[in-house]
Amino acid sequence: MAEDLIQLSPAGLYCPAGGFHIDPWRPVQRAVITHAHGDHARGGMGVYVSSHDGLALLRSRLPRGSLLRGVGYGRRFRMGRAWVSLHPAGHILGSSQVRVELGDRVWVASGDFKRDPDPTCAPFEVVPCDTFITEATFALPIYRWRPASLVAVDIHEWWQQNAEAGKASVLFCYALGKAQRLLAELAAHTADTVYLHGAMVPLTRTYREAGVAMLPTEPVSELPARHDFSRALILAPPSAAGSPWMRRFRSHVSGFASGWMRVRGNRRRRGYDRGFIVSDHADWPSLIRTIRETGAQRVLATHGRTDVLVRYLREIERVDAAPLVTPYSGEADD
Amino acid sequence: MQRFTALYQALDETNATGAKVAAMRSYFESAPPEDAAWAVYFLTGRRLKRLVPTAELKQWVLAATGMPDWLLEETYASVGDLAETLALLLDSELAPPESEDMPLHRWVGERLLALRGMEPEQRQHAVTAWWAELPTGGRFVLNKMLTGAFRVGVSRRLVVRALAQASGLDAATVTHRLMGHWEPTAAAFGDLLDPEDRGEDASRPYPFFLASPLEGKPASLGPVAEWQAEWKWDGIRGQLLRRNGDCYLWSRGEDLMEGRFPEIEEAAERLPDGVVLDGEILIWIDDAPAPFHQLQRRIGRLKPSARMLREVPALFLAYDLLEWRGEDCRQHPLGQRRQRMEALLNGMEGAIRVSRPLAANSWTELAAHREQARELGTEGLMLKRLGSPYRVGRTRGDWWKWKLDPLTIDAVMLYAQPGHGRRSSLFTDYTFGVWSGETLVPVAKAYSGLDNVEIEALDRWIRGNTIERFGPVRSVRADQVFELAFEGIAESSRHKSGVALRFPRISRWRHDLGIKDADTLEQVRALLPEQPS
Repeated sequence: MAEDLIQLSPAGLYCPAGGFHIDPWRPVQRAVITHAHGDHARGGMGVYVSSHDGLALLRSRLPRGSLLRGVGYGRRFRMGRAWVSLHPAGHILGSSQVRVELGDRVWVASGDFKRDPDPTCAPFEVVPCDTFITEATFALPIYRWRPASLVAVDIHEWWQQNAEAGKASVLFCYALGKAQRLLAELAAHTADTVYLHGAMVPLTRTYREAGVAMLPTEPVSELPARHDFSRALILAPPSAAGSPWMRRFRSHVSGFASGWMRVRGNRRRRGYDRGFIVSDHADWPSLIRTIRETGAQRVLATHGRTDVLVRYLREIERVDAAPLVTPYSGEADD
Repeated sequence: MQRFTALYQALDETNATGAKVAAMRSYFESAPPEDAAWAVYFLTGRRLKRLVPTAELKQWVLAATGMPDWLLEETYASVGDLAETLALLLDSELAPPESEDMPLHRWVGERLLALRGMEPEQRQHAVTAWWAELPTGGRFVLNKMLTGAFRVGVSRRLVVRALAQASGLDAATVTHRLMGHWEPTAAAFGDLLDPEDRGEDASRPYPFFLASPLEGKPASLGPVAEWQAEWKWDGIRGQLLRRNGDCYLWSRGEDLMEGRFPEIEEAAERLPDGVVLDGEILIWIDDAPAPFHQLQRRIGRLKPSARMLREVPALFLAYDLLEWRGEDCRQHPLGQRRQRMEALLNGMEGAIRVSRPLAANSWTELAAHREQARELGTEGLMLKRLGSPYRVGRTRGDWWKWKLDPLTIDAVMLYAQPGHGRRSSLFTDYTFGVWSGETLVPVAKAYSGLDNVEIEALDRWIRGNTIERFGPVRSVRADQVFELAFEGIAESSRHKSGVALRFPRISRWRHDLGIKDADTLEQVRALLPEQPS
């Protein structure tokens, strides 16, 4: 049997034929990066290869002086003995799947991906392959997403209701990707300014510079201490919940935008008033559909409910499947 | 049912109690009384029993979705709520819902209750058709009604507050009117909010007065002479009613214990009419209370056999008189109520007796009594202010429980599984073991005692230290030691360790101990009360 094109090594997913790693978690010479989230893009690599669209975000997240190379989506380039190309993954701005070809064999590592429309990034491209390395963050059949454009209607309505009651709306969401997607989707309903937690400010600027149309924003930190937020929408990362930073909003209502909000217990445990179901990861139907569409005969699942996905693929889809143990966290539940 | 579903969602979408009460109040004020009656019924935790076996519901969802049953079980384990799991799984499989608007009382009366008389196939047909006509939110509420436990994050107290606001009555009156068998009819809803009390339900118990744990020193309560001290019995709190020639025995959980304790009911027949007693149901052998697990043999048993009655005889130990000659006497001082009760019960034969107060001239003497509590099979002392009325619910100040310090052991975590409801995505239910030779044997399960920060830290540790999975249960590396506190210990043939702990909970995470420092089964058994040989 031929050697696996991509293997699990102590430093991360490794392609021996190409002499490079994908999203490694320890320092290596050559790293191909699928996207800029912290669990996939770490410091200390000799050289980083990423999509052109993702370069600016990656640069802002990596240590100063890191060596970065950008490649256009779909352009084939040689690494070692392998042909490599990057293809849109639809996860966040600049996110890529990594296609590796050696002889007549093709492997694709998807990183994190989703199939739903997202105005902030290029849509997922189905790349036919023999072996597909997938995520499994939401691999349970209860996870199905409504279009984010409809969720934006709910968020806007919630914001208006809170404003009428004189309460600030604090919406917790990921600083990279989710925040910008919500700002883009909400632009269909209003032109009001949205206030941002400091962690979101530079990232949102990078999205604007990339030409993504979003609502106007202003950093909370630049407003006077006594500013009246009673009609405002504020976006903040979940880590800000319950911190002293929140005091300035006085009377407020909290929400959390995440795929995990599909389950009431997840919301109630965190104490959010309202949950909005929106995720940058593939839901259950998308996972199964994507695997079918790639035509892969073998599937490796890296993180999330790999146990459920692997068993389902083996027993129902009749595909060779196995878990790969990686430290990727997917959509962390906080 | 749209209005009720909307109420459910309004309650679910806020954490502010004020907003919850306001949502219920506006519902009670605007809904037709025949619907509001059912809303009260469900919101106060009442359930329609035996509508559909949950196994059937699962089967129908499997049939509708075509998924394998292990996948449904995995999903259920992750969600932690069956009604919600099924509603979510059905979400995309059914045609887009049409708008339905059958009122809640017709849903219950014409549809849900009719399920009881149906064959399984008819039931399947009916329920799947309802699923198809409801949106996800309504489907979830329907599933909640079908599966029972209707928890929406509102306590009965909040429901009472909303009803009190809607009617202008005080909360204690509403609480009392909601006790016992409350019939969800428009007439009953009208009576509930009526400024005049015309409730003539002879079976209706009074709301129980609940004691609070004594945290400071008893001397802070003032002169000992103002207090009555009794043993804190380890049985089932109950209320015994004798009215219109009938008797009713209620548990504190508002279950009518009819037919379960015939010896108590028989004794109650000798009480005069118009009497209500508050007390404790206990198993009484050789003039002493038997451990709680003996009582467990009787709780679920309707019409116990002659042998059971002989082996584990029950007793109602009365400690308060709530009604006398048909009059509510809860506002009279405890001392007076007690005198009347003793006069009433003295010399009575059979399974109703008086719980005698303990004589003491000082707090020190009472403290000495308390030291004997475990030996005597009680949980400590109850302190009740002699001049106090019988209040409603957990009102602090007049009734205190002065419990014994719990027993403790150090045990090693062996298994973990996710909790339910809001704890469903966290590992919060743990099994602990102690040493028996070179192996750890499970000795207790515990669910509480850690704070949120500790629970999350432990959750991460469990995920990183899982050895094997058995469905939702994981076995973990033997590494973490916890101090467990519990109220008592008894021999048990149903447990592998041979002992059963009463009310075990985690008292401390012993980061400072290694697994070799955990207790042995021998050390645990040494805590067993001495058996009269």
